[in-house]
Amino acid sequence: MAARTRRPEIRFGEHLTWAGEIARSALTSGPAIAWVSTFLLLPVLGIAFISFLSRGTYGEIQLPMTAGNYLRLAGFGVLGFDPQYPVIILRSLVLAAGTTVVCLVASFPLAFFIAGLAGRAKQIALTLVVIPFWTNLLIRTYAWQLLLGPDSLAARAAVAVGLAEEGMPLYPSALAVYLGMLCAYLPFMVLPLYTAVEKIDWAIAEAASDLGADGVRVFRHALLPQVMPGMVAGVILVFIPATGQFVIPDLLGGAKTVLLGNAIQQQFGASRDWPFGSAIALVGMAVVLFGLWFQARAGARTGEEGPL
Amino acid sequence: MKRIPLPLWVTSILLYVFLYAPIVVVIVYSFNAARHGGPWRGFTTRWYATLLDSPDKLAAARNTLELGLASTAVSTLLGTGLGFGLARYRFPGKKLFSWLMYVPVVIPDIVMAVAMLMFYALMREWLGLFELGMTTMIFAHVTFQVPFVAIVVRSRMVGMDPAIEEAAHDLGASSLQAFVRVTLPMILPAVVAGAMLAFTLSLDDFVVSFFTTGPGASTLPILIYSSVKRGITPDINALSTLIVLVSVAGTVAVALLQRSPRAQRGEK
Repeated sequence: MAARTRRPEIRFGEHLTWAGEIARSALTSGPAIAWVSTFLLLPVLGIAFISFLSRGTYGEIQLPMTAGNYLRLAGFGVLGFDPQYPVIILRSLVLAAGTTVVCLVASFPLAFFIAGLAGRAKQIALTLVVIPFWTNLLIRTYAWQLLLGPDSLAARAAVAVGLAEEGMPLYPSALAVYLGMLCAYLPFMVLPLYTAVEKIDWAIAEAASDLGADGVRVFRHALLPQVMPGMVAGVILVFIPATGQFVIPDLLGGAKTVLLGNAIQQQFGASRDWPFGSAIALVGMAVVLFGLWFQARAGARTGEEGPL
Repeated sequence: MKRIPLPLWVTSILLYVFLYAPIVVVIVYSFNAARHGGPWRGFTTRWYATLLDSPDKLAAARNTLELGLASTAVSTLLGTGLGFGLARYRFPGKKLFSWLMYVPVVIPDIVMAVAMLMFYALMREWLGLFELGMTTMIFAHVTFQVPFVAIVVRSRMVGMDPAIEEAAHDLGASSLQAFVRVTLPMILPAVVAGAMLAFTLSLDDFVVSFFTTGPGASTLPILIYSSVKRGITPDINALSTLIVLVSVAGTVAVALLQRSPRAQRGEK
């Protein structure tokens, strides 16, 4: 990058000056960059600003600048300490982390299974993971209401072992939210993990076991380091959207499982406190930025380029 | 690699069952004669017939289709330009922008939705533009589709032999000629795959649509959401089944289009 020359350079057979490259960039990448900047990056900066304003009597946005919204999120409301929002943030992070762990555990067998198949069977197994990934999340979520309904197999099994009452659905509940989340995010974890498993050099595992390592040690020292990049990618892909998930807790969790996503929706809907809603949204953004930063760092270590 | 052990088979099959249980249950219930869910009361296709008689569902279907087609057209154009431009040309701040263009992919959709809602509201107040409705929804959808199209196009560009483009330039083609006559035909499968991906994303989106739509412009996911809030009815299962089938067809088509050029020619 240091040797930025103004002399024409030959790239892909074209003799382009630096100005020529910029002009062509403006024509090709320019419109998309302008669009995304206008309709997303600018609005995100906008809510960042608004999150420091306050709500007027009729729900309008008003000055002065204040950190009050963030204090409220941290639990210091006008009426003294109120743990409502710290609990919501914590609950969202715990749910996202829990979902990530469950997905990770479930993905390992599936990733090794798919990688172990051959030819056509592998293609089919892989496509079968991708299909739910592209199927409407809303539909797959409300389907759990059917699967956990009062007459469902799951509910009757729960009654039989004395875990639930007769004729009651198994939702809304934390269990229902977890099932919905696992079902929604499993493909996000399986795909990158599978890609990593596919690249495994099995000779290293064989060498480890020839040298006397038991199964656990082979996995821990010979296989796990090799699939680490896939694990990191999968963790990011699950954790980030899980943090802001709105539909799943809304349809499968009750009032006791309000998460960041529902809290934001509430402020922009019924409560009409946009500055406070913006502050919550920004906390969600912060989680994303942290995740991206983490991914960039992990990517820099493994020598990968940016995403695009 | 070695043989797959039996426990791995069993676990994996169970996970597939888990993944598909929700989809299967919706499809099965869409043919269930029982009006209020519950046990099986015989096979019927009448819930599909009632869909045709309900104007709000037909209107929502038309809106969804219009939204998908319009946003896909714009985002395919923008995304192809971005994917091509980022693969071929350099400009100051390129690395920063290529990260920023990734924001729509990773941002929680609820945050994207409220940021846009806020933006539209302020624009309406200050400039009188962006009355909430179809237009605002289309603009919002384009925004999250663009990076996905760009990613697909870019990945195809990376796998392309640069010698072909070089040959075009050596034979005197201008940048535009080389792009239209040589590069575009070669990346066309990726452009089509990107467009189908964009369409599927638009079809699947609920959260962004929910926040950026206005009165009278309901889409199928919004309609499903409000119906589910009132209690699931069999015709919603029928509607969902149709949407699922379209998504599955789209996914399979994208998978076929994205196969490497060699595989498409049937080489090994």
